[in-house]
Amino acid sequence: MASGVKPRVKVPKTAAAGDTITIKTLISHKMESGQRKDDDGNIIPRSIINRFTADFNGQNVIDVTLEPAISTNPYFEFEAIVPESGEFTFTWYDDDGDVYDTAKKITVS
Amino acid sequence: MQLKAKTIGLVTTLSIACGPVWADPDTDQLTINGDITIITEAAAPSHMEYIDTIYSGWRFRSDETQAVQMDDFDNPGMLGVENALAAWDTEEGSEGKSCASCHGAAESLAGIRAVYPKWNEAKGMVTTLEMEVNNCRETRMGAEKWKYTGGDMTDMVALISSVSRGMPVNVAIDGPAQSTWEAGKELYYTRTGQLELSCANCHEDSYGLMIRADHLSQGQINGFPTYRLKNTKLNSVHARFKGCVRDTRAETFAPGSPEFIALELYVASRGNGLSVEGPSVRN
Repeated sequence: MASGVKPRVKVPKTAAAGDTITIKTLISHKMESGQRKDDDGNIIPRSIINRFTADFNGQNVIDVTLEPAISTNPYFEFEAIVPESGEFTFTWYDDDGDVYDTAKKITVS
Repeated sequence: MQLKAKTIGLVTTLSIACGPVWADPDTDQLTINGDITIITEAAAPSHMEYIDTIYSGWRFRSDETQAVQMDDFDNPGMLGVENALAAWDTEEGSEGKSCASCHGAAESLAGIRAVYPKWNEAKGMVTTLEMEVNNCRETRMGAEKWKYTGGDMTDMVALISSVSRGMPVNVAIDGPAQSTWEAGKELYYTRTGQLELSCANCHEDSYGLMIRADHLSQGQINGFPTYRLKNTKLNSVHARFKGCVRDTRAETFAPGSPEFIALELYVASRGNGLSVEGPSVRN
Protein backbone atom coordinates (compact mmCIF):
# COMPACT_ATOMS: atom_id res chain seq x y z
CA MET A 1 0.00 0.00 0.00
CA ALA A 2 1.16 3.46 -0.84
CA SER A 3 2.02 5.30 2.35
CA GLY A 4 0.40 8.43 3.71
CA VAL A 5 -2.76 8.11 1.63
CA LYS A 6 -5.68 9.86 3.25
CA PRO A 7 -8.90 10.94 1.55
CA ARG A 8 -10.61 14.16 2.52
CA VAL A 9 -13.93 15.57 1.37
CA LYS A 10 -15.90 18.70 2.03
CA VAL A 11 -19.67 18.50 1.56
CA PRO A 12 -22.19 20.95 3.05
CA LYS A 13 -24.08 19.37 5.96
CA THR A 14 -27.41 20.76 4.83
CA ALA A 15 -28.99 22.01 1.60
CA ALA A 16 -32.40 22.91 0.18
CA ALA A 17 -34.01 20.41 -2.20
CA GLY A 18 -32.83 20.92 -5.77
CA ASP A 19 -29.92 23.10 -4.68
CA THR A 20 -26.65 22.88 -6.54
CA ILE A 21 -23.93 22.23 -4.01
CA THR A 22 -20.15 22.34 -4.40
CA ILE A 23 -18.17 19.32 -3.34
CA LYS A 24 -14.42 19.39 -2.81
CA THR A 25 -12.27 16.30 -2.56
CA LEU A 26 -8.58 15.80 -1.99
CA ILE A 27 -6.56 12.65 -1.52
CA SER A 28 -2.96 12.78 -0.35
CA HIS A 29 -1.07 10.58 -2.77
CA LYS A 30 2.36 10.75 -4.33
CA MET A 31 1.09 10.05 -7.90
CA GLU A 32 4.38 8.58 -9.08
CA SER A 33 4.23 8.96 -12.85
CA GLY A 34 6.51 6.10 -13.86
CA GLN A 35 8.64 8.55 -15.84
CA ARG A 36 11.07 9.49 -13.11
CA LYS A 37 14.36 7.86 -12.21
CA ASP A 38 15.91 7.39 -8.79
CA ASP A 39 19.47 8.32 -7.82
CA ASP A 40 20.82 5.11 -9.38
CA GLY A 41 19.13 5.75 -12.71
CA ASN A 42 16.44 3.11 -12.28
CA ILE A 43 12.90 3.99 -13.27
CA ILE A 44 10.59 4.46 -10.29
CA PRO A 45 7.52 2.30 -11.03
CA ARG A 46 4.27 4.06 -11.76
CA SER A 47 1.94 4.29 -8.76
CA ILE A 48 -1.04 6.55 -9.19
CA ILE A 49 -4.71 6.80 -8.35
CA ASN A 50 -6.27 5.75 -11.66
CA ARG A 51 -9.98 6.25 -10.98
CA PHE A 52 -12.20 8.37 -8.77
CA THR A 53 -15.94 8.02 -8.35
CA ALA A 54 -18.66 9.72 -6.32
CA ASP A 55 -22.12 8.26 -5.75
CA PHE A 56 -25.22 9.65 -4.07
CA ASN A 57 -27.61 7.10 -2.56
CA GLY A 58 -26.28 4.46 -4.93
CA GLN A 59 -26.54 6.64 -8.04
CA ASN A 60 -23.32 7.63 -9.78
CA VAL A 61 -22.54 11.35 -9.79
CA ILE A 62 -19.08 11.47 -11.29
CA ASP A 63 -16.61 8.89 -12.58
CA VAL A 64 -13.13 10.10 -13.43
CA THR A 65 -10.19 8.37 -15.10
CA LEU A 66 -6.84 9.73 -13.90
CA GLU A 67 -3.67 9.68 -15.96
CA PRO A 68 0.00 9.89 -14.93
CA ALA A 69 0.22 13.59 -15.78
CA ILE A 70 -1.95 14.47 -12.79
CA SER A 71 0.23 15.79 -10.00
CA THR A 72 0.62 14.95 -6.34
CA ASN A 73 -2.43 15.08 -4.07
CA PRO A 74 -5.19 15.04 -6.71
CA TYR A 75 -7.95 17.53 -5.97
CA PHE A 76 -11.42 17.49 -7.51
CA GLU A 77 -14.09 20.10 -7.13
CA PHE A 78 -17.48 19.53 -8.73
CA GLU A 79 -21.13 20.41 -8.36
CA ALA A 80 -24.11 18.17 -7.70
CA ILE A 81 -27.85 18.62 -7.31
CA VAL A 82 -29.27 16.92 -4.24
CA PRO A 83 -32.98 15.96 -4.48
CA GLU A 84 -33.23 14.36 -1.03
CA SER A 85 -31.35 13.63 2.16
CA GLY A 86 -28.78 10.93 1.81
CA GLU A 87 -25.17 10.00 1.68
CA PHE A 88 -22.37 10.72 -0.74
CA THR A 89 -19.78 7.98 -1.07
CA PHE A 90 -16.39 8.70 -2.59
CA THR A 91 -14.01 6.04 -3.87
CA TRP A 92 -10.44 6.23 -5.12
CA TYR A 93 -8.75 3.29 -6.90
CA ASP A 94 -4.98 2.87 -6.59
CA ASP A 95 -2.71 1.24 -9.17
CA ASP A 96 -1.61 -1.25 -6.54
CA GLY A 97 -5.17 -2.50 -6.11
CA ASP A 98 -5.98 -0.55 -2.96
CA VAL A 99 -9.34 1.16 -2.73
CA TYR A 100 -9.85 4.12 -0.46
CA ASP A 101 -13.32 5.35 0.38
CA THR A 102 -15.12 7.81 2.57
CA ALA A 103 -18.71 8.98 2.94
CA LYS A 104 -20.54 12.16 3.94
CA LYS A 105 -24.18 12.59 4.91
CA ILE A 106 -26.23 15.56 3.77
CA THR A 107 -29.63 16.62 5.07
CA VAL A 108 -32.04 18.22 2.63
CA SER A 109 -34.76 20.35 4.12
CA MET B 1 -14.44 62.62 -33.64
CA GLN B 2 -13.17 59.80 -35.71
CA LEU B 3 -9.65 61.17 -35.44
CA LYS B 4 -9.91 61.27 -31.67
CA ALA B 5 -11.08 57.71 -31.57
CA LYS B 6 -8.10 56.70 -33.66
CA THR B 7 -5.74 58.57 -31.38
CA ILE B 8 -7.12 56.79 -28.35
CA GLY B 9 -6.75 53.51 -30.19
CA LEU B 10 -3.13 54.28 -30.93
CA VAL B 11 -2.35 55.27 -27.36
CA THR B 12 -3.95 52.10 -26.06
CA THR B 13 -1.94 49.95 -28.43
CA LEU B 14 1.25 51.68 -27.44
CA SER B 15 0.68 51.25 -23.74
CA ILE B 16 0.06 47.55 -24.22
CA ALA B 17 3.17 47.19 -26.32
CA CYS B 18 5.54 49.22 -24.17
CA GLY B 19 4.15 49.17 -20.64
CA PRO B 20 5.16 46.43 -18.25
CA VAL B 21 2.52 43.73 -18.05
CA TRP B 22 3.37 43.11 -14.41
CA ALA B 23 4.79 46.02 -12.54
CA ASP B 24 3.47 46.05 -9.04
CA PRO B 25 1.82 43.75 -6.58
CA ASP B 26 -1.92 43.48 -7.19
CA THR B 27 -4.55 44.93 -4.88
CA ASP B 28 -6.23 41.69 -3.78
CA GLN B 29 -6.97 41.18 -0.10
CA LEU B 30 -6.35 37.91 1.71
CA THR B 31 -8.79 36.32 4.13
CA ILE B 32 -8.32 32.67 5.01
CA ASN B 33 -11.40 30.46 5.55
CA GLY B 34 -13.46 33.67 5.45
CA ASP B 35 -12.21 34.23 8.98
CA ILE B 36 -8.51 35.04 9.39
CA THR B 37 -7.61 38.44 7.96
CA ILE B 38 -4.04 38.60 6.69
CA ILE B 39 -2.13 41.86 6.43
CA THR B 40 -0.38 41.65 3.05
CA GLU B 41 0.71 45.29 2.82
CA ALA B 42 2.22 47.48 5.51
CA ALA B 43 4.46 50.47 6.02
CA ALA B 44 8.07 49.34 5.91
CA PRO B 45 9.85 49.06 9.29
CA SER B 46 11.96 52.14 10.01
CA HIS B 47 15.26 50.27 9.56
CA MET B 48 14.57 49.79 5.84
CA GLU B 49 16.13 52.63 3.90
CA TYR B 50 15.09 51.90 0.33
CA ILE B 51 11.53 50.59 0.52
CA ASP B 52 8.44 52.41 1.78
CA THR B 53 5.84 49.68 1.62
CA ILE B 54 6.26 45.98 2.27
CA TYR B 55 4.12 43.36 0.56
CA SER B 56 3.55 39.69 1.19
CA GLY B 57 4.60 37.40 -1.65
CA TRP B 58 0.93 36.42 -1.93
CA ARG B 59 0.26 39.75 -3.65
CA PHE B 60 2.61 38.84 -6.51
CA ARG B 61 0.94 35.56 -7.36
CA SER B 62 -1.77 34.87 -9.92
CA ASP B 63 -5.42 34.83 -8.87
CA GLU B 64 -5.53 31.04 -9.22
CA THR B 65 -2.56 30.50 -6.91
CA GLN B 66 -3.88 33.09 -4.48
CA ALA B 67 -7.22 31.27 -4.27
CA VAL B 68 -5.59 28.02 -3.17
CA GLN B 69 -4.42 29.70 0.03
CA MET B 70 -7.79 31.20 0.89
CA ASP B 71 -9.33 27.94 2.11
CA ASP B 72 -7.52 25.44 4.32
CA PHE B 73 -9.20 22.55 2.51
CA ASP B 74 -7.69 23.68 -0.78
CA ASN B 75 -4.27 24.48 0.70
CA PRO B 76 -2.04 21.42 0.27
CA GLY B 77 0.29 22.86 2.92
CA MET B 78 -2.35 21.91 5.48
CA LEU B 79 -1.60 18.25 4.74
CA GLY B 80 1.78 18.89 6.34
CA VAL B 81 0.07 20.56 9.28
CA GLU B 82 -2.10 17.44 9.68
CA ASN B 83 0.99 15.22 9.70
CA ALA B 84 2.57 17.44 12.33
CA LEU B 85 -0.57 17.28 14.48
CA ALA B 86 -0.17 13.50 14.59
CA ALA B 87 3.52 13.90 15.50
CA TRP B 88 2.56 16.48 18.14
CA ASP B 89 0.70 13.79 20.10
CA THR B 90 3.23 11.01 19.50
CA GLU B 91 5.42 10.11 22.46
CA GLU B 92 9.03 9.61 21.44
CA GLY B 93 12.46 9.24 22.98
CA SER B 94 13.81 8.14 26.33
CA GLU B 95 11.57 10.46 28.37
CA GLY B 96 8.33 9.08 26.93
CA LYS B 97 7.08 12.54 26.13
CA SER B 98 5.31 14.12 23.18
CA CYS B 99 5.03 17.83 22.33
CA ALA B 100 1.57 17.71 23.90
CA SER B 101 2.97 16.42 27.24
CA CYS B 102 4.47 19.85 27.95
CA HIS B 103 2.67 22.24 25.61
CA GLY B 104 -0.89 20.85 25.65
CA ALA B 105 -2.76 21.88 22.53
CA ALA B 106 -0.77 23.23 19.57
CA GLU B 107 -2.76 26.47 19.89
CA SER B 108 -0.80 27.19 23.07
CA LEU B 109 2.08 28.19 20.79
CA ALA B 110 0.06 30.95 19.10
CA GLY B 111 2.25 34.01 18.65
CA ILE B 112 5.53 32.10 18.69
CA ARG B 113 6.11 32.12 14.93
CA ALA B 114 5.70 35.89 14.87
CA VAL B 115 8.70 36.58 17.12
CA TYR B 116 11.22 34.04 15.80
CA PRO B 117 14.20 34.02 15.18
CA LYS B 118 14.77 35.25 18.71
CA TRP B 119 17.60 35.73 21.20
CA ASN B 120 17.96 32.67 23.43
CA GLU B 121 19.46 33.76 26.73
CA ALA B 122 20.49 30.26 27.88
CA LYS B 123 22.30 29.49 24.66
CA GLY B 124 23.69 32.97 24.22
CA MET B 125 22.69 33.12 20.57
CA VAL B 126 19.81 33.84 18.22
CA THR B 127 17.80 30.67 17.63
CA THR B 128 15.24 29.72 15.00
CA LEU B 129 12.03 27.76 15.45
CA GLU B 130 13.69 24.71 13.91
CA MET B 131 16.47 24.89 16.52
CA GLU B 132 13.93 25.18 19.33
CA VAL B 133 12.00 22.16 18.02
CA ASN B 134 15.21 20.11 18.00
CA ASN B 135 16.16 21.50 21.39
CA CYS B 136 12.84 20.18 22.76
CA ARG B 137 13.35 16.83 21.05
CA GLU B 138 16.86 16.33 22.37
CA THR B 139 16.73 17.76 25.87
CA ARG B 140 13.11 17.33 26.93
CA MET B 141 12.03 14.23 24.97
CA GLY B 142 15.37 12.44 24.69
CA ALA B 143 14.56 11.85 21.02
CA GLU B 144 16.76 12.10 17.96
CA LYS B 145 16.85 15.49 16.37
CA TRP B 146 15.22 16.07 13.01
CA LYS B 147 17.07 17.15 9.86
CA TYR B 148 16.95 20.93 9.65
CA THR B 149 15.01 21.12 6.39
CA GLY B 150 13.48 17.62 6.57
CA GLY B 151 9.81 16.87 6.03
CA ASP B 152 9.04 16.18 9.71
CA MET B 153 10.67 19.43 10.75
CA THR B 154 9.05 21.58 8.06
CA ASP B 155 5.62 20.08 8.82
CA MET B 156 6.08 20.88 12.52
CA VAL B 157 7.12 24.47 11.77
CA ALA B 158 4.06 24.74 9.49
CA LEU B 159 1.85 23.63 12.38
CA ILE B 160 3.44 26.17 14.73
CA SER B 161 3.00 28.87 12.07
CA SER B 162 -0.59 27.93 11.33
CA VAL B 163 -1.73 28.75 14.87
CA SER B 164 -0.19 32.24 14.57
CA ARG B 165 -1.76 33.15 11.24
CA GLY B 166 -3.02 36.71 11.17
CA MET B 167 -0.66 37.90 13.89
CA PRO B 168 1.86 40.52 12.78
CA VAL B 169 5.50 39.49 12.47
CA ASN B 170 7.44 41.26 15.20
CA VAL B 171 10.99 40.01 15.57
CA ALA B 172 13.30 41.92 17.91
CA ILE B 173 16.43 43.33 16.27
CA ASP B 174 17.85 45.33 19.15
CA GLY B 175 19.59 44.31 22.38
CA PRO B 176 21.59 41.08 22.25
CA ALA B 177 20.18 40.16 18.81
CA GLN B 178 21.55 43.30 17.17
CA SER B 179 24.95 41.96 16.12
CA THR B 180 23.34 38.90 14.51
CA TRP B 181 20.86 41.16 12.75
CA GLU B 182 23.68 43.31 11.40
CA ALA B 183 25.52 40.22 10.15
CA GLY B 184 22.31 39.22 8.36
CA LYS B 185 21.97 42.66 6.82
CA GLU B 186 25.56 42.47 5.59
CA LEU B 187 24.77 39.15 3.89
CA TYR B 188 21.58 40.54 2.34
CA TYR B 189 23.54 43.25 0.54
CA THR B 190 26.57 41.10 -0.36
CA ARG B 191 26.77 39.94 -3.97
CA THR B 192 27.52 36.25 -4.35
CA GLY B 193 28.25 33.77 -7.10
CA GLN B 194 29.23 34.01 -10.74
CA LEU B 195 26.17 36.14 -11.40
CA GLU B 196 27.21 38.54 -8.64
CA LEU B 197 23.76 39.00 -7.24
CA SER B 198 22.80 39.99 -3.72
CA CYS B 199 19.37 39.39 -2.22
CA ALA B 200 18.74 43.11 -2.66
CA ASN B 201 19.42 43.12 -6.41
CA CYS B 202 16.29 41.09 -7.03
CA HIS B 203 14.07 41.51 -3.99
CA GLU B 204 14.69 45.17 -3.23
CA ASP B 205 15.77 46.80 -6.51
CA SER B 206 13.67 44.74 -8.89
CA TYR B 207 10.60 43.36 -7.13
CA GLY B 208 7.51 43.52 -9.31
CA LEU B 209 9.50 42.79 -12.48
CA MET B 210 9.53 39.44 -14.19
CA ILE B 211 12.48 37.13 -13.60
CA ARG B 212 12.03 34.84 -16.58
CA ALA B 213 8.47 33.53 -16.08
CA ASP B 214 8.20 34.46 -12.43
CA HIS B 215 6.86 37.66 -10.88
CA LEU B 216 9.56 38.82 -8.46
CA SER B 217 8.34 39.40 -4.92
CA GLN B 218 10.07 41.23 -2.11
CA GLY B 219 11.33 37.92 -0.78
CA GLN B 220 9.36 38.19 2.44
CA ILE B 221 9.38 35.11 4.66
CA ASN B 222 6.15 35.73 6.59
CA GLY B 223 4.50 32.95 4.57
CA PHE B 224 6.99 30.20 5.37
CA PRO B 225 6.90 27.25 5.38
CA THR B 226 5.62 27.63 1.84
CA TYR B 227 3.88 25.00 -0.25
CA ARG B 228 5.36 25.41 -3.72
CA LEU B 229 3.42 24.15 -6.70
CA LYS B 230 6.70 23.46 -8.50
CA ASN B 231 7.88 20.80 -6.06
CA THR B 232 4.54 19.95 -4.39
CA LYS B 233 5.87 20.12 -0.86
CA LEU B 234 6.37 22.46 2.03
CA ASN B 235 9.63 24.40 1.77
CA SER B 236 11.50 25.80 4.74
CA VAL B 237 13.11 29.23 4.87
CA HIS B 238 16.68 27.94 4.83
CA ALA B 239 15.95 25.58 1.93
CA ARG B 240 14.65 28.61 0.00
CA PHE B 241 17.72 30.68 0.95
CA LYS B 242 19.89 27.85 -0.30
CA GLY B 243 17.96 27.78 -3.57
CA CYS B 244 18.35 31.53 -4.07
CA VAL B 245 22.10 31.53 -3.32
CA ARG B 246 22.55 28.53 -5.61
CA ASP B 247 20.76 30.44 -8.36
CA THR B 248 23.45 33.11 -8.15
CA ARG B 249 25.85 30.24 -8.97
CA ALA B 250 27.57 30.40 -5.60
CA GLU B 251 28.53 27.77 -3.08
CA THR B 252 25.70 28.07 -0.58
CA PHE B 253 25.74 28.15 3.18
CA ALA B 254 24.26 25.12 4.91
CA PRO B 255 20.72 25.20 6.29
CA GLY B 256 20.99 25.88 10.02
CA SER B 257 24.37 27.60 9.61
CA PRO B 258 25.11 30.80 11.58
CA GLU B 259 25.02 32.73 8.27
CA PHE B 260 21.49 31.60 7.40
CA ILE B 261 20.29 32.14 10.98
CA ALA B 262 21.50 35.73 10.77
CA LEU B 263 19.98 36.16 7.31
CA GLU B 264 16.67 34.72 8.52
CA LEU B 265 16.55 37.20 11.39
CA TYR B 266 17.29 40.10 9.04
CA VAL B 267 14.82 39.04 6.34
CA ALA B 268 12.14 38.34 8.97
CA SER B 269 12.67 41.87 10.34
CA ARG B 270 12.01 43.29 6.86
CA GLY B 271 8.54 41.77 7.22
CA ASN B 272 7.76 43.22 10.65
CA GLY B 273 4.14 44.31 10.33
CA LEU B 274 2.97 41.71 7.82
CA SER B 275 0.88 38.82 9.13
CA VAL B 276 2.20 35.35 9.72
CA GLU B 277 0.82 33.37 6.77
CA GLY B 278 2.46 29.94 6.89
CA PRO B 279 1.77 27.52 5.44
CA SER B 280 1.31 29.70 2.37
CA VAL B 281 0.97 28.67 -1.27
CA ARG B 282 3.31 29.96 -3.96
CA ASN B 283 4.41 28.79 -7.38
